[in-house]
Amino acid sequence: MRFSIYRYNPETDAKPTMQDYELDIEAEGKMLLDAILLLKEQDESLSVRRSCREGVCGSDGMNINGKNGLACVTPLKDLKQPIELRPLPGLPVIRDLIVDMSQFLKHYRSVKPYLINVDPEPEIERLQSPEDREQLDGLYECILCACCSTSCPSFWWNPDKFVGPAGLLQAYRFIADSRDQATNERLDDLEDPYRLFRCHSIMNCVEVCPKGLNPTRAIGKIKELLVKRTV
Amino acid sequence: MIAKRTFDAVIIGGGGAGLRAALQLAHADLKVAVVSKVFPTRSHTVSAQGGIAASLGNVSEDNWHWHMYDTVKGSDYLGDQDAIEFMCRGANEAVIELEHFGMPFDRLENGKIYQRPFGGMTQDYGGAPAVRTCAVADRTGHAMLHTLYQRNIAARTHFFEEYFALDLVMDEEGYSQGVVALGIESGEPIFIEARATILATGGAGRIFSATTNALINTGDGLGMALRAGIPLEDMEFWQFHPTGVHGAGVLITEGVRGEGGYLVNRNGERFMERYAPNAKDLASRDVVSRAMAVEIFEGRGCGKDSDHVLLKLDHLGPEVIQQRLPGIRELALKFAHVDPATDPIPVVPTVHYMMGGIPTNLHGQVVMPTATGPEEAVPGLYAIGECACVSVHGANRLGSNSLLDLIVFGRAAGNDVIEYCRENPFLRPVPVQALERIAARLARWDRTGEGITVPELREEMRKTMQLHCGVFRTEAVLQDGVKKMLEIAAKLPDVVLRDQSKIYNTGRIEALELENLMAVALATMHSAAARQESRGAHARDDYPARDDNAWLKHSLYFSDAHRLDYKPVRLKPLTVEAFQPKARVY
Repeated sequence: MRFSIYRYNPETDAKPTMQDYELDIEAEGKMLLDAILLLKEQDESLSVRRSCREGVCGSDGMNINGKNGLACVTPLKDLKQPIELRPLPGLPVIRDLIVDMSQFLKHYRSVKPYLINVDPEPEIERLQSPEDREQLDGLYECILCACCSTSCPSFWWNPDKFVGPAGLLQAYRFIADSRDQATNERLDDLEDPYRLFRCHSIMNCVEVCPKGLNPTRAIGKIKELLVKRTV
Repeated sequence: MIAKRTFDAVIIGGGGAGLRAALQLAHADLKVAVVSKVFPTRSHTVSAQGGIAASLGNVSEDNWHWHMYDTVKGSDYLGDQDAIEFMCRGANEAVIELEHFGMPFDRLENGKIYQRPFGGMTQDYGGAPAVRTCAVADRTGHAMLHTLYQRNIAARTHFFEEYFALDLVMDEEGYSQGVVALGIESGEPIFIEARATILATGGAGRIFSATTNALINTGDGLGMALRAGIPLEDMEFWQFHPTGVHGAGVLITEGVRGEGGYLVNRNGERFMERYAPNAKDLASRDVVSRAMAVEIFEGRGCGKDSDHVLLKLDHLGPEVIQQRLPGIRELALKFAHVDPATDPIPVVPTVHYMMGGIPTNLHGQVVMPTATGPEEAVPGLYAIGECACVSVHGANRLGSNSLLDLIVFGRAAGNDVIEYCRENPFLRPVPVQALERIAARLARWDRTGEGITVPELREEMRKTMQLHCGVFRTEAVLQDGVKKMLEIAAKLPDVVLRDQSKIYNTGRIEALELENLMAVALATMHSAAARQESRGAHARDDYPARDDNAWLKHSLYFSDAHRLDYKPVRLKPLTVEAFQPKARVY
């Protein structure tokens, strides 16, 4: 199979280049990550992040033939050749397919992604009905791979100010939690022309999410709550 | 001179155990740093699926005494009963705490935490199945790890993300003084000085070629411990999880069988009924894996090579699968190319969990034999989670006890470190020689020229371990394995790196990981070859019975001359009567 892979080593390269690779591999039943790891055995300098190799840790997000995804859950046989691999767009590249996630994570932290509840803690669990718990489905499963935010034109334009789909999905995960008591503060924080309202429902995030989550819908819900609050 | 940062405590590893300990320390206003070679939510805890055990009794009547009995029996009596009592007693509080932290547990109609049955978990000391395993669908580890990371954001824990820990810094008197870590992005080493160090580096399943473990599970903490002269305990005990996806190795949770799924052989027979008439598919993992291996060995396996069995769950109905096992459906579709709502999943026993590890007591303190006693604490050094052997799992871990182990002992070690830091308020002089030794070890990889590559040697090691230290072990296979592993390890000095760059050199990290893998593989091979009995996950064809007279004891492997020593099992619990070893029937 043929590959064309983005290469950049900051110690030696003035600018990035695309490097061609050939690999003798039976594509049936294999994932893209399997091929990348074999290529790395040939060329030790090829750099990529990876950990769980089953789509739950979020390490190996990259741009695959023009679309963001996780290499470990992308079937090799479905890909058009030469398979073109680039780092996630819009974030600074450290080396090859490895991007600097600081900006992305800063936004994540900025939404206070933790339960806020100031009541005394009961001796047992806080009760939550199955219906209330169901509100968190499609939200808590995020793996922070950044495929969504780095496919979002609004994030490319305002990476320092727009929280982005991943961060906003998490913001709504806590707003939606019946145990959380900081809804108003959370909404105050997001009522901002940049933090939330840069989202123009382009829905790239929904299309690329490897976990099938829907950040646009979560963002819509936040907007709804903001409107409701004013009337 | 190497750069230095100073904290009260440093934790190596950002998985469930490390993050739980970090939280305990941060809440006590200690300056705490977590060093992790990956961004914390990429740690292997994230892959845990089925749940976390606690005798909440939300579904069926339950109490910690029953949980304790099951854990002792599950361990094939090799578990230390003081530590097991401590864990099972503390389980409810530890799980409730996770709920208070915000963990999104599934719920019952009455609003309480949802629980499901799991293997080896019973009521009334071996009676009917207990419904004890608290779950977040089949993503419990993900939910737990993210919740703990989120709490650490709130607690403003200091993270060294993508720093690879190289070695422990120990002074001449044996005090732990912190760790030297390599900044993966910068390529520069840094000395993180701390009065207390907690190892929470997870497992090492990557010593085998077929494993459910993440690529990062390379036993780094175990390698560090061995190089510091600390032994490893019970390294012959590696759990084969019954349901790894055939070929891909990814895990299918025992929760599938907890929800009512079962295994069938090529005749469509539910064969576990023959091996474990009461518990059937929910017998403990060593029993189920062994049964599967026998079925395959005797020609009743499935597929054209008769090399796997099938996990059937279509009868649960699409609703249960969607609500309770959505992640499993996703994994089965992607990695086994079947939809479990209609077709069974091909599975094989796959290396999953290391019961052994760095010996500790129930406070998480690393203990080893010295001139003054058999289990003396190494001052300032702790180990928790899969890298530790406390030993609550003994010769076989029960499913859903590992997430519990992480938080109970993460918390306990945190509490002990708080105490230790109060009693030891001052830093000790920097052991310069120790730092120099570590620098020299790192510099070894700067060598260029002819040699073999990291993947070449690593794959040779993994194949050998799979072949010589798998489910079926005999004297000849094991002794041959020892010989081969010594030959393979002897090639380590011949390995050279082609890529000598500094910035984000993952090849260098893999080389450093290989050193740790090799140390763990040698420990495993030697410990396994010596134990002449069958107990839990260590199953020998030539010694099929458990031998309590000769072998009711923990192994201790030291890397100098591959020396083995033994220490007694702690059969005396903290407050209750001991469970005496007896025949293990499910």
